[in-house]
Amino acid sequence: MTRYALRRLAQSVAVLLGVSVLVFAIMQLVPGDPIRAALGQQADPDTYQALRERAGLDDPVPQQFVTWIGNAAIGDFGVSFRTGETVLSLIAERVPATLALAGGAIVVALLIAIPLGTLSALNPRKPVDWFASLSSQAGLSVPDFWLGIMLILVFAGTLGWLPSSGYVALTEDPVEWARHLILPAITAGVSSGAILTRFVRSSVLESLGQDHVRTARAKGMRARDVLTWHVLRNALVPLVTVAGVQLAYLLSGVVVVEYVFAWPGLGQLAFQAVESRDYPVLQGAVLLFAVIFLLVNLVVDLAYARLDPRITYRSAR
Amino acid sequence: MRAAETIKLLFRGPTAIVAAIVLAGLVLTAFLGEQLAPHSATETDVSNRLQSPSADHWFGTDELGRDVLSRVILGAEVSLRVGAVAVGISLVAGVLIGLFAGYYGRWVDDVLMRLSDVLFAFPAMLMAIAVLAILGPGSANAMIAIGIVYTPIFARITRASVLSVREEVYVRAARSAGAGDLRIIGRHVLPNVTAPIIVQTSISLAFAILSEAALSFVGLGTQPPDPSWGRMLAEGRGFVEQAWWMAVFPGLAIFVTVLAFNVLGDALRDVLDPRQRQAMAGTGVSA
Repeated sequence: MTRYALRRLAQSVAVLLGVSVLVFAIMQLVPGDPIRAALGQQADPDTYQALRERAGLDDPVPQQFVTWIGNAAIGDFGVSFRTGETVLSLIAERVPATLALAGGAIVVALLIAIPLGTLSALNPRKPVDWFASLSSQAGLSVPDFWLGIMLILVFAGTLGWLPSSGYVALTEDPVEWARHLILPAITAGVSSGAILTRFVRSSVLESLGQDHVRTARAKGMRARDVLTWHVLRNALVPLVTVAGVQLAYLLSGVVVVEYVFAWPGLGQLAFQAVESRDYPVLQGAVLLFAVIFLLVNLVVDLAYARLDPRITYRSAR
Repeated sequence: MRAAETIKLLFRGPTAIVAAIVLAGLVLTAFLGEQLAPHSATETDVSNRLQSPSADHWFGTDELGRDVLSRVILGAEVSLRVGAVAVGISLVAGVLIGLFAGYYGRWVDDVLMRLSDVLFAFPAMLMAIAVLAILGPGSANAMIAIGIVYTPIFARITRASVLSVREEVYVRAARSAGAGDLRIIGRHVLPNVTAPIIVQTSISLAFAILSEAALSFVGLGTQPPDPSWGRMLAEGRGFVEQAWWMAVFPGLAIFVTVLAFNVLGDALRDVLDPRQRQAMAGTGVSA
């Protein structure tokens, strides 16, 4: 297990190095002068020169990379070309909103997947199974930005129950925070819910065929207790890891949902950075997303290896 | 498996038949768009703006008085073209990478697969946005961006299949008969790894169309005045309370198209690659 963990860690570090080369390259690959592109031709020469020096663009490229990665390792991603604020502080401001949205979305996904997947596994080839299969196919295919607009149309426009967009900090007003979170969380959670429904279905089906379930039934245990204590307990353990992977997708995949709901998270920060050609901010956001993604995958793989020793044996061969 | 047998198995259920009919209709619409559209897609008529659906304008009109139905019809061509070219890019690049990595193994495999791991570490949408931040917005650049994003998945799937085919008797026989590597890869390996690639192509088309719509929705993909479904949705979003039809119909078009490709992809997987379906069910991976 330790050898596997170390190997997996080494792999992640190597990938992270490759990721940082690519993220660094964003600024180099922009045609022309990136600071000129961001500030426009009429920029104040002093601001221009200050930003150029701060970004180290006059140094040789390898030196720029070493400086950049050294700074990034201690959380210094430079300053925004637009506002002059540090990229780290801009990112830190946006983290709570993105965490709330991804967390809300995974709750929605599990609320859809566990009941629907279980019901569908308990009634194979019956109408509820067809319904689950159809709705998970639909959930995977529906464009989240369209679903968001439709939810706004119905729940904010026609019914007027919920706000159509915006964000309120949890510390400011918990009730309004929750009200603002509902529509974006549903929008972002549906596709993960669809994936998890399929997973729960196959996991419960597999669990139903196990010997200990048959034994429990043969002992005369009530059907409900068999389901709770023998089937779901075993079927839902692996769900933790799959839900973890989905959470990593959600943290980085809610970019467009944030755009639809004017949700001030990291995704929106990345968009604004693209629009205003604020490359240091874009680099910081992209690197952060990639690191989150790598970390969650690493943790999930290690957790899986711990739950299922066969994985370590297989990879050690 | 013979082609006729595959097709027979593929269409034994009604869902795959419906999906195939929908897709055939879409392709036809894409080719005959100009002839099918009842009005011009770009001609504005301000006196007729924001008209609700009627006999003259089945899907209503937008904020500039343009016919929404005609724009949805002409948008089919844009969506399918961008999706097809993007998947074409990732198919060619990914399959080549996977073939060489799987066939040669050792350092070739290590280098190519670590590179694909690096690309894989970026969330798809963000990667596409970063590429477009460098290349600039537009449908041609969106194709390249989406193509890059989906390359690693094709590389991985191809490599995994090549690894199992590489040691087959017929490959060893060809090698001992003196066939060169390129000949073995082209004549013996590639034809035996196509099943999972075909399945992935159908599923990737669904996601590529979805990505193009998302990029156009945020203003980085297809640019006005070209009618793109994502772009139309973005325009409709601002008028959703006065003119629901502006957002509902383009969104439905994306939904139906993506659903059809996904359903067909699932049916193909059942027929061509049942093992992959089991593996996918275990990981929750969909794309």
